[in-house]
Amino acid sequence: MKRIYMDHGATTPLREEVLDAMLPYLKEKYGNPSSLHSFGREARKALDEAREKVAAGLGVAPEEIVFTSGGTEANNLAIMGVVRGIAPIKNHIITSAVEHHAVLDTVKFLGQMGYEITILPVDEYGMVSPRQVEEAITDRTILVSIMTANNEIGTIMPFEEIGAVCREKGVYYHTDAVQAIGHIDFNLREQPVDLLSLSAHKFYGPKGVGALYVRKKTKLKQVFFGGGQERKLRPGTENLPGIVGLGRAMELAVADMPEKREKLIRLRDRLVEGLLQIEDVRLNGHPLQRLPGNVNVSVLYVEGESLLLGLDLKGIALSSGSACTSGSLDPSHVLMAIGLDHQTAQGSLRFTLGKDNTDEEIDYTVEAVRKTVDYLRAMSPVYRK
Amino acid sequence: MYNEKVMDHFQNPRNVGEMDNPCGVGEVGNMKCGDIMKIFIKVENNIIQDIKFLTFGCGAAIASSSALTEMVKGKTIEEALKITNKDVADELGGLPEAKMHCSNLAADALHKAIEDYKSKS
Repeated sequence: MKRIYMDHGATTPLREEVLDAMLPYLKEKYGNPSSLHSFGREARKALDEAREKVAAGLGVAPEEIVFTSGGTEANNLAIMGVVRGIAPIKNHIITSAVEHHAVLDTVKFLGQMGYEITILPVDEYGMVSPRQVEEAITDRTILVSIMTANNEIGTIMPFEEIGAVCREKGVYYHTDAVQAIGHIDFNLREQPVDLLSLSAHKFYGPKGVGALYVRKKTKLKQVFFGGGQERKLRPGTENLPGIVGLGRAMELAVADMPEKREKLIRLRDRLVEGLLQIEDVRLNGHPLQRLPGNVNVSVLYVEGESLLLGLDLKGIALSSGSACTSGSLDPSHVLMAIGLDHQTAQGSLRFTLGKDNTDEEIDYTVEAVRKTVDYLRAMSPVYRK
Repeated sequence: MYNEKVMDHFQNPRNVGEMDNPCGVGEVGNMKCGDIMKIFIKVENNIIQDIKFLTFGCGAAIASSSALTEMVKGKTIEEALKITNKDVADELGGLPEAKMHCSNLAADALHKAIEDYKSKS
C-alpha cells in the first residue's frame, strides 16, 4: 500500500543533502570541538560554520546562536534562563493559552514556584493581539513568550507587533518559532525579537538538535551546569553531527522558502476545499493568517482517534487533537482555547503538508476522509440523519 | 498500539446499527471524555436474542462495543449481567492501559440496557 505522510508538523524526513553533510561527523570527523588537536580543530570549524549558517538564516550574528537538544530545551532555556537572569528584581511572565507545552508548562511551573504568570486567552482563530500583551505588561514583567505560529491550528501570530510592544515597554520577547522556520521570513536584526526557539527536525533536519537565538546583551543565565560550551549557556559536548545537519537544513529551508511556500499554499487550499465539501466539516484556525502546510478541521459526530486509525489503514499519516490522542483526558488545549465544544474538538484532524506531497495525494486523501467519515458516522449515536 | 483482534473489530464491527423496537436501550459515556456507547437488546424467554450498538469514540471504544455484542448474543439475562468491562478487554486480548477506564464501557452500557428492559417488563 502506498503511504502518504501528512504529519510534517510532528516531524519531517531528513533531506538527502542534510544527511550527506552530517555523515563525515558520524564517521571519520569525530573530534570534540573543545579539543586543541587537529581532530578538535576540524570539529570546531564545522561547529562555527553551522553556527554561521543558522545565524544567516535568521539574519543575526553567529554569537547570538546557542545550540540545544531541540525546541523543548530552547524554550526551557529561554524562559528559565531569562528568569534566572532578571529575577528577583522582577517576577512576572506572560504567555498565551495556545503555546506548546514546552512553553506553557514551563511558565506554569514558574507559577507554582511563586512567580506571577499571565496566560493570555486567544480569539476564535487562536490569535493574541498586541493590545492584549500591552495591557498585560506591568512594571514587574520579565518576559513575554508568544509563539510565531501555532503547531496545531497553524495560526500565525502578529509576532512583530507583539515584539514591538515588548520593546517599547522594555520587556524581553521570546517566540517559539519551531513550526515557523522555512515558512516565515526572519530577519531578526530588523524584527523586535530577543529570543527565538527552533528545532531542526521540523524543517528536514535531524532530530535531537535545535537552537535558541539570544539577542546580544539579553540577560540570560544557564539552566544547567558543566563545561564552557555555548558560552556556558548550554554546557555539554556539542551534538556535532546534529548541529552540522541543522546548519545545512537551515540553509536549504531559507533557499527553498519562496518556492515551497507557494506549493504548500496551493496544496493546502486544495485540501481545505475538498474537506469542506464533506458535510459538517469545519476549518479550525485562521483562514488566511496560517502556516502554508497546515490544515486543521473538525469533523462533527465522529471521534478523532478512530478517524486517525481509519485513515492509517488507508496509508495516510496525520494527527488529531482528540482526548484519546492528546495523552490526557481532555482534548487539545489549543482547540479548547479557541472555544470549541468537546465534541467539535474530539473530531479534529491535523494535516501538515510537506514539500513532497502532491495533488494526487491531496485528492486521494479527501476521498479517504470522506469514506472513513461515512463509515464512522454510520455507527455514531450522535449522528442520526 | 492496538492488537490485531482490536483492529479486526474496529475494521469489521459486528452487530453495528440501530434496532427497531428494542426491548431495552442503554447509553453510557459523555462527550467530555470522548466516548458514547449505546446498546440495544431484544429479549425473548429471558434470552438476549439480538443486540446492536452505536458508538462514538476511539478504536478501543468501537472494538469493545463490537466484541461485547458477540459475547452476549444468545446468553440469558443473568449470564449477561455477569459480563464485566474487564471480560470484554480480555476477550479482545487486552487494551492499552490508558483505554481501560475511558473507552472500555460496553458492559456498563449492556447492564443499563438490561435495567431498561427490566423496568419495562
